[in-house]
Amino acid sequence: MQTQKPIVMKTKQLAPERKKTFRVSREGAFILLCLLPALLFVSVFTYYPLLRGVIMSFQNYTLFDLLNIEFIGLDNFVNVVTSPEFPRVAMNSLYWVVISLFFQLLFGFALALMMRRRFRGRGIYQAFVFFPWAMSGFLIGLIWRWMFNAQFGVINDLLLRSGLIDAPIPFLADGKWAMAAVIIANIWYGVAFFAIMILAALQSIPEELYEAAAMDGAGRFQQFWSVTLPYIMPTMLVTILLRVIWILNFPDIIYSMTNGGPAGSTHIFATYMIDKVIFGQDYGQASAIGVIIVVILLLFTVFYVKATKVEKGGDF
Amino acid sequence: MDRDHQWWRTGRVVVLGSFLAFAIFPLYWIIITSLKGQKEIFSLPISYWPEQVTFLNYIEIFRISHFQVYIWNSFLVSLVASSIVVVIAMLGGYVLARFSFRGKRQVMFGFLITQMIPMFIGMAPLYVMMSKMHILNSLTSLMLIYTVMLIPFCTIIMSGFFQRIPTALEEAAMMDGCSRISALFRVIVPIMLPGIAATFIFAFVQCWNELIMAVLFIDEESVKTIPVAMNAFIKKFDIEWGAMSAATVLSVIPTMLLFAFCQKYLVEGLTQGAVKG
Repeated sequence: MQTQKPIVMKTKQLAPERKKTFRVSREGAFILLCLLPALLFVSVFTYYPLLRGVIMSFQNYTLFDLLNIEFIGLDNFVNVVTSPEFPRVAMNSLYWVVISLFFQLLFGFALALMMRRRFRGRGIYQAFVFFPWAMSGFLIGLIWRWMFNAQFGVINDLLLRSGLIDAPIPFLADGKWAMAAVIIANIWYGVAFFAIMILAALQSIPEELYEAAAMDGAGRFQQFWSVTLPYIMPTMLVTILLRVIWILNFPDIIYSMTNGGPAGSTHIFATYMIDKVIFGQDYGQASAIGVIIVVILLLFTVFYVKATKVEKGGDF
Repeated sequence: MDRDHQWWRTGRVVVLGSFLAFAIFPLYWIIITSLKGQKEIFSLPISYWPEQVTFLNYIEIFRISHFQVYIWNSFLVSLVASSIVVVIAMLGGYVLARFSFRGKRQVMFGFLITQMIPMFIGMAPLYVMMSKMHILNSLTSLMLIYTVMLIPFCTIIMSGFFQRIPTALEEAAMMDGCSRISALFRVIVPIMLPGIAATFIFAFVQCWNELIMAVLFIDEESVKTIPVAMNAFIKKFDIEWGAMSAATVLSVIPTMLLFAFCQKYLVEGLTQGAVKG
């Protein structure tokens, strides 16, 4: 940011006084031209549909009756919130976010700590443990669906062999187990992301801090508490916030693993909404769910930023 | 102290090993499933290594579906969308990194916020838009929507890459009579190639993996991408796990190669893009 000043000064010095405005407006045109494609695409195909979606959430917009679209106030919201599935979907979303996030953070943090010091083959090791992050949620759901298979699944087999259970568990046919199963798949997927972020933060800690702490007689554990943790806290807080938002909006694994089943017992807001768009065709209600998600996230973000003072810590 | 050290080292090896096993096992499992015969997949006790390695499942997936068509569609959509994204993100990222101008903060904020709002609110309107543009059930719709979805994040990453390159380089080129745009392409772009490649691959993999928009916009056989086609197969009551595991392995291979190729840059770009914003 400091770096662009010289250019501006130079163009001013080079240009004769009369041409100054011309030069400046030429840079302005250049800036606009370069940003135009990005701005155009994003406004037309992201912001416009979003705005339209918010409007739709107040209309009786169904595909069966497109000629009779009118504003119906909060009816869509009332219908969504009072529908019998809603409490379940809300609870599932909460479990999905909180449990996934907790274990992703815990494992990701442990992994990053262990990977911090160099060891032979770390490059290859990293390529393997970080790979799940590059996979599609759809395929992850499919793979875990096969592993959780009641009859021929490897997870039941391992549990039986180790003597932890006596009879195979129909993981994906039982609502409670199914929710646990999709969360496990999600944890598998998300550990890498936390590990990547925390590892990057760990590697930016200056070595002198540890030397100073060691001189003051701090042990390994104390160094961790008084140097490592405070230093990477801002990164962790920002990453957690981003992940909460992202996990809540991530339907792919559930979509391919259980498709919200059995009997709607693994729906979270995101999959519930997609179900409504693809099969229900009640776009008004679907959009209302979307608006509810955003309101929840907005409230959460405001609360989180206030509680953690993350905006001071991170470059956010 | 020495004893302590020994414990620490052993513990570390165990933990690192467990993580590796946890990360690899599902992949291992899907690969060996794809190499088992139909009978062996559905027989007990289950085997942890195929009794007889067979490629019948791979032949099967091409027999029961137009898998080559889906691969081609996925490839084409990902290639076109990520190429467009890289060019647009490069121009936008350059300007955001090098100039200060009115509304810059708002532009950055506008890009960042798209990463937080669920696209799903826009799903229904997007569907209506695509239908009005008569591009439902065409690859164009996916190329368009993927480009749009990736622009904000890639622009932010690119601007991070530009910030790391000293301005002195283009200043020198411009003193020598280069225009700004030719300085950008002749001097800066060559230095940034690794970053550009990483952004391209990131975008490519995202397109290759995308499911929800594709399921929404596509249901015609000839324009299905791999996830859409596979999704149709797993929605049936009986999943042919042999063929599906073969299809999974086939569609993971490109990701795996690309990831292995530029994992280091990707990780760097991601941390830059997401932490610094």
